[in-house]
Amino acid sequence: MGLRSYIIVRILLTIPLIMLLLSIVFLIIRVIPGDPVLLHFERKASEEAVEAMRQRLGLDKSLPIQYFEYLGGLFRGDLGRSMQDFSPVSEQIFSAFPATLELAICSMLVATTIGILLGVKASESYNSLKDHLIRAFGIIVYAMPIFFLGMIFQMIFAINFHWLPANGRFPPRLTEPRGMILFMNQPVGIAVWSFMIGLLCLALHVGLLRMKGVRFWGQGSTISLSHFMIVWIVGFTVWIVGFSYAQLNMSGVVRVSTGLFTVDSVIEGNILKFVESLRYLFLPSLTLGLVLSGVFIRLTRSNMLETLRLDFVTAAKARGLKESTVTYGYALRNAFLPILTMMGLQFATLLGGAILTETTFSWPGLGRYLVDRINFRDYTAIQGAVVYFALIVAVVNLIIDILYAYLDPRIRY
Amino acid sequence: MGLLEVDSLRVDYRTRRGSIRAVDDVSFKLEKGELLGLVGESGSGKSTLGLSIIRLVPPPGVIEQGSIRIDGDDIIDFSAEKMQSIRGSQISFIFQDPMTSLSPVKKISEHFIEFIRTHEPKTTKAEALKRANTTLRDVGILPERIADYPHQFSGGMRQRIMIALAITLNPEIVIADEPTTALDVIVQAKILDLLTELRDRYGMAWILITHDLSVVLERCDKILVMYAGGIVEYADSKELFRNPRHPYTQRLLQGIPNIEFSDQKLKAIPGSPPNLLNPPNGCSFSPRCSEGEPRCKSEKPQLLEVIPNHFVRCFKEM
Repeated sequence: MGLRSYIIVRILLTIPLIMLLLSIVFLIIRVIPGDPVLLHFERKASEEAVEAMRQRLGLDKSLPIQYFEYLGGLFRGDLGRSMQDFSPVSEQIFSAFPATLELAICSMLVATTIGILLGVKASESYNSLKDHLIRAFGIIVYAMPIFFLGMIFQMIFAINFHWLPANGRFPPRLTEPRGMILFMNQPVGIAVWSFMIGLLCLALHVGLLRMKGVRFWGQGSTISLSHFMIVWIVGFTVWIVGFSYAQLNMSGVVRVSTGLFTVDSVIEGNILKFVESLRYLFLPSLTLGLVLSGVFIRLTRSNMLETLRLDFVTAAKARGLKESTVTYGYALRNAFLPILTMMGLQFATLLGGAILTETTFSWPGLGRYLVDRINFRDYTAIQGAVVYFALIVAVVNLIIDILYAYLDPRIRY
Repeated sequence: MGLLEVDSLRVDYRTRRGSIRAVDDVSFKLEKGELLGLVGESGSGKSTLGLSIIRLVPPPGVIEQGSIRIDGDDIIDFSAEKMQSIRGSQISFIFQDPMTSLSPVKKISEHFIEFIRTHEPKTTKAEALKRANTTLRDVGILPERIADYPHQFSGGMRQRIMIALAITLNPEIVIADEPTTALDVIVQAKILDLLTELRDRYGMAWILITHDLSVVLERCDKILVMYAGGIVEYADSKELFRNPRHPYTQRLLQGIPNIEFSDQKLKAIPGSPPNLLNPPNGCSFSPRCSEGEPRCKSEKPQLLEVIPNHFVRCFKEM
């Protein structure tokens, strides 16, 4: 079976998965107490009005008919309308999705960076004080309730020091690009940008060469002028691209909105908006990322300990490879599959909405949307969210499985 | 001055239950192009001795004393970077199990390129590949297979690749720790022939660590027999075969089946090696020795050169 047919089969398999999940949820939300119509009117409506609303929402029909009508809509790609505010559920999910995606990506970055780095460090100094401290840290952050950690951060960084916003995603005043912020539309701004990016390229380049053991000065120096030429050309290209882009932006040709404020601000060339959106992202991502990092610390550490004992690690050392190459290029690279699996699972969960984090930080994502709708027994919205979530889990797992084959040549589909 | 001179080397594993002396006062010399067989049973300290020569004794093992001189320089004093730079380029090491000695996620070519460029950063990828191809041909692997992954090779072929990696940078010394134990008998013989052939062609010195005396008897120039961390006998292989002087060596030779006298029963050595946490007083082989005297149990015999180039640690040779 080739990779393509594998993907097709996997996608087809998600259909029964979604059907099963949907059927269960469909029944359960109708069994639990609570009535979307009464909750809609907050119990202040006449019986006729309630009955009319029931008919309008189709709740007067028998369960099987409701079920098959919903399924029929689903096959046409229609998730139905919310029972709360009557707007299409798919639109609501799409509008809450970017906030959740942004939070999921940032907190995964925090969790995997902290988790993998600390896990590797712990395994390198197995059974030492450092190892014990890192393990203790991992358990503590994992056991920490998210809302508690979130509130502590809010108190320290937002209320006490006023460094970061306490909650919310973005103030309305900054959602539109403003002229003064568009550094990129002025030649001077672009010159500064290209200079900075050129420096960044140079730093990265030098760093990479240093890691490969290239000497820059003294005996055996191998760096030549061409390296600096390349860096300069990169900077120049950025200048040209940035300049023409700024022209497009000013003339209003670029009007793309992804809903991800960090991405949008870059597209708009609005650096202040970019910084501001990061400031709003910081506390929720840090909180969620720290709590999740506990899992990654333990997982990385235990897998590294197993891999570090394997012969090819000692053999790599015996060939005189550098300690960092052996640790990251050999041990971590081979210990990575279980970590990747966990990354996929966690990321899929996060894309379903981090309910506690989103509630603590009033983050307008899918988690809060779902809690909100469950409170109002908004049947269609809940069903829609379930369909969406099943799809996300299936897609993320599929991507992880494909990455497996890429990471480990022994895995073939 | 020999190529490699190990002098009164002592390696301990510092465990919670006490120190285990894995290598006890070992001294020997290795000349250029020499093939030295290091023989001993499991736990005799032969692998630890091999690993300590590249200073990769796994923790909690520690080199407690002694010197290891390569071309006159004591590598015990080398910095970690200096040590890294000689591993693989001056001394190579081949491990027992070829199935697990290569990273399963890297192509053979990546192993070579990374290795060559670590030691010679100026080498381009193309040059590194070219050199890899030459060495692969030397060990009998088709150069076009360099783009394959380790799991696409058999055990014997992987050991050939490990050997190719070990000799790529023309090291002066190659230490092979039971290179054929994990392979079947036919492949074993081929690999051993390959080692001798490479020695003849490139003139590097080999240390061949094995538990099988018969494997090294006919191929090695010199043989060093270890028991419980110490050297019990050290001599030219022919001399050792004709005149084994230590009771342990004699019993080992009696354990080798002989085609001409195939109905002869092989004699096993009674007992088992001593517990190194709590080694016996006196000669460590005394509990299993059939020719012991009373003082074997109380005094430790010294390693003595009984005739030129034949060293034995036994009271009856004194």
